[in-house]
Amino acid sequence: MPPKPRKPAIEGWFTMDPARPRLLGTRCARCGTVYFPKETTFCRNPGCAGTELAETELSPRGRLWSFTNNCYQPPEPYVSPDPFVPYAVAAVELEAEKMVVLGQVEGASVEQLEAGMEMELALGKLYEDADAEYLVWKWRPA
Amino acid sequence: MAKEVAILGVGMHPWGKWGRNFVEYGVAAARAALADAGLEWKEVQFVAGADTIRNGYPGYVAAATFAQALGWSGAQVTSTYGACASGAQAIGVARAQILAGLCDVALVVGADTTPKGFFAPQKGERGADPDWLRFRLLGATNPIYFGLYARRRMEAFGATREDFAQIKVKNSRHGLSNPNARYRKAVTLEEVMKSPVVSDPLRLLDICATSDGGAALVLSSLEFARRRTAKPVKIAAVSTVTPRFPQTVIEMPNFSTDSAVASRVPDVGFKDSIARQAYEEAGLGPEDMHLAEVYDLSTALELDWYENIGLCKPGEAERLLRSGDTAVGGRIPVNPSGGLACFGEAIPAQAIAQVCELTWQIRGQAGARQVQGARAGVTANQGLFGHGSSVIVKA
Repeated sequence: MPPKPRKPAIEGWFTMDPARPRLLGTRCARCGTVYFPKETTFCRNPGCAGTELAETELSPRGRLWSFTNNCYQPPEPYVSPDPFVPYAVAAVELEAEKMVVLGQVEGASVEQLEAGMEMELALGKLYEDADAEYLVWKWRPA
Repeated sequence: MAKEVAILGVGMHPWGKWGRNFVEYGVAAARAALADAGLEWKEVQFVAGADTIRNGYPGYVAAATFAQALGWSGAQVTSTYGACASGAQAIGVARAQILAGLCDVALVVGADTTPKGFFAPQKGERGADPDWLRFRLLGATNPIYFGLYARRRMEAFGATREDFAQIKVKNSRHGLSNPNARYRKAVTLEEVMKSPVVSDPLRLLDICATSDGGAALVLSSLEFARRRTAKPVKIAAVSTVTPRFPQTVIEMPNFSTDSAVASRVPDVGFKDSIARQAYEEAGLGPEDMHLAEVYDLSTALELDWYENIGLCKPGEAERLLRSGDTAVGGRIPVNPSGGLACFGEAIPAQAIAQVCELTWQIRGQAGARQVQGARAGVTANQGLFGHGSSVIVKA
C-alpha cells in the first residue's frame, strides 16, 4: 500500500518542507511586530496604525522557556491515537521575534527536557484518517 | 469623592457535582443574599448576571434568566461574560449603576453547572477560535498552561513539588468547616504526592475540580445601607483590567505571547496589574490587607498570586508559605474559604464567591475559619482571553 499523502493539520501556519520546516506568521510593515498565528488586517501594537502585514517565516530555533505534558487524553476536538500516548508540550522563546511559541514536543519526554535548552522546529504527525496523515509543527531538542 | 458601595447581603448555593439546572443554584444564592440583606426581591432595581457558556441560551442571558426565575419584576438587567472573571464584571456593572445614581439596590448573581472532566471548547468546526484550535492542534488543556507556569516557578525560583502540595494541605484544612465547600476533608502531603501526575509537575490533587455552584450579592448605595445598618461592609474597588501590549507571558488560550520586538515591555506585568489597579482605586496597599482570596486553579498558581497581589516580592512566595503566614492564624491568611482546592471551579460564580467570603470574614461570621481582626481583604482572579479581576472589600 502506498504511503498516505501528508497534509497540514491547518492551512498556512507552517511550511511543509520536512527538511526545513518553518512557522509562518506575519510582520507589520510599519512597526515590525511579528504575529503567530497570522494577524492579517490590523497591527495589534496600540502605538502603531499599521494595516500592511506581510507573511514572514519565524526563527526555527529558540530556548525552552517552560514545559509540561499531557498524561491523560485531551478532550475533543483533539484527535487522539488509541491508545493515548502521553506527550510533552513546550513553550519556546524566539530571540529575534521576542516571543514565546507553544508546540508539542517530538522525541523527548519531560524527564529529558530542561529550561534553557535549545529547541528546533520539526514537523510531526498530529493524527491520521483513511485519506491522509495530518502534520503539525512540533519542537524537539536541537 | 467616595466611590464605595455597600454589601448588604451575601449568599451561596453549596458547591458540588449536583447535576441540576444552574438556574436553581443562582436563585438559591440570590434568595439567601436577599434574606441576609433583609430585603424583598421586588426592592431590587437592577440585576447583574454573570454568564455561563455551558448551559445554552439561558446561560448567555443570565441576568434575565435569574430575574424570570425570581419572578418578573420589571427590574433592569445586564448579563456579562469574562470567563473566570465574569463575576467581577457583573459586580463592576452593578457598582457603576449604583455610583452613577441610577439605582439604589442591585443584585449580582452567578451560577454554573459543569461537565465532568477537562473543560473542552464549544462544539463544532471552529477554525477561527483559538480556544478550539488549542485543543485541536496542541491538545492544550487548561492544566497544560498551569503546568507551564508551575515548571517556570521551579526553574526561576526553586519551587518544589512539595511546596505545591503544601498549598493543597493548607487550603484543605481551611475548607473543613465551610458549609459551602464541596471537599471538606483534610488532605495530607503524602496524599497529594501520591496522586497521579496530570500535567507535570502538577498532580491530580494540585489541580482544581470543576463544580456546580452559585453565589450572589446584594449591593446598595452607602446612603441606602446606612438607613438599615450602622456599619455596612463595603466594596472599595473593582478591577477588570486587560493586559497591556506586549503581553509577554503565555496566556490561555493562546499559541504564543505578543512579540516584544517593536515595543517596550510594560513595567508592570498583567497579573501584577490586576490587584494593583484595585489597590490604587481603593487608596490602599497590600500592607492594609488582612486576608486574600485568590484563584488557585492550581496549587502553584496560588504561589504566583502571593507575589502578584503584593504579599511578597517575586521569588519569595515559597518562603511565605513555609512560614505559615498564609494559613488561618498567620499574618495574612490566603484562601481561608478553602479556595478552589475545596470548592472546584464554578466559573461565573467564583469571583462573586470570593467577595462572599471576604464579607463573612469582615463581619466576623466565618466560624472556625475566621481570620481574627479581619477588616480589609482583596480578591484576585483571572479569566482567559485577557480578563483581570480583583475586588477590595473593607469594613
